[in-house]
Amino acid sequence: MDITWFLVLSALLFATGVTGVLLRRSPLVILLCLELMLNAGNLALLAFSRSLGDQDGQVLALIVMVIAACEVVVGLGIIVAAYRRRIPLNVDDLRTLRG
Amino acid sequence: MKEVAFFIGAIGALGGAIAVIALRNAFYSVLALIVHLISLAGLFLLLQGEFIAAAQIVVYAGAVMVLYVFVAAYVGNVDEPLWEPIPGQRFVAPLIGLALFVELAIAIVGSSLSSIESEGPTVELGFGSPSAIGKLLLERFLIAFEAASLLLLVAAVGAVVLAGRHRGGAEETTT
Repeated sequence: MDITWFLVLSALLFATGVTGVLLRRSPLVILLCLELMLNAGNLALLAFSRSLGDQDGQVLALIVMVIAACEVVVGLGIIVAAYRRRIPLNVDDLRTLRG
Repeated sequence: MKEVAFFIGAIGALGGAIAVIALRNAFYSVLALIVHLISLAGLFLLLQGEFIAAAQIVVYAGAVMVLYVFVAAYVGNVDEPLWEPIPGQRFVAPLIGLALFVELAIAIVGSSLSSIESEGPTVELGFGSPSAIGKLLLERFLIAFEAASLLLLVAAVGAVVLAGRHRGGAEETTT
């Protein structure tokens, strides 16, 4: 099985995630799309790790999973806090921190 | 045989990813992401990342997605308004995604990656097994491991502070 197939699939998944971030307005779905992109990166890491016969890439993928978990926890915390304060959950309206 | 497994996994992963961004209901998007993650775990197995595949299912499709399901059920469905702050965003966004994919695909196919051994070398037994990964994590990557654990602790404390209920009564009204 050629490693290029995995890399092209990873690029396709990453592009799907980028499209989702650009397209959707709900912060929850945007977090899901960030997950898509991180997992596409993980797939590329594992593909390179296999093609080089080196396990370091797999450790890196594991650390990426930890980072993704942290990002999810903080992002969902912000979403719940915004919902409790009756702030509309729409990224176009969440502009308080901007400029 | 490997090709069949790859294409089944690829169809599952890609279908899940497209369903995540296409479904209107956020709850269904979360469920589609679970399908995506499990298919991806199958692909990781094909790349001999046994431990990563197991962690993907247990940590990601299990624990993290449960968190998502709870928050999606708590917040409920968010209505996405039809007006667009950027005109034509609905049509431009997929075009940008497509352009990114074409660019990445040219970079992958056009590079000299195919000149190295495309199948990858034959690896010894136990490549990507929990014992091998654990040994690497606790010996060579010990600092990264400790930093990750510290980061998880900080994130957990931050989430509690962010989402915790304010009991003082004086809730600041930020709109």
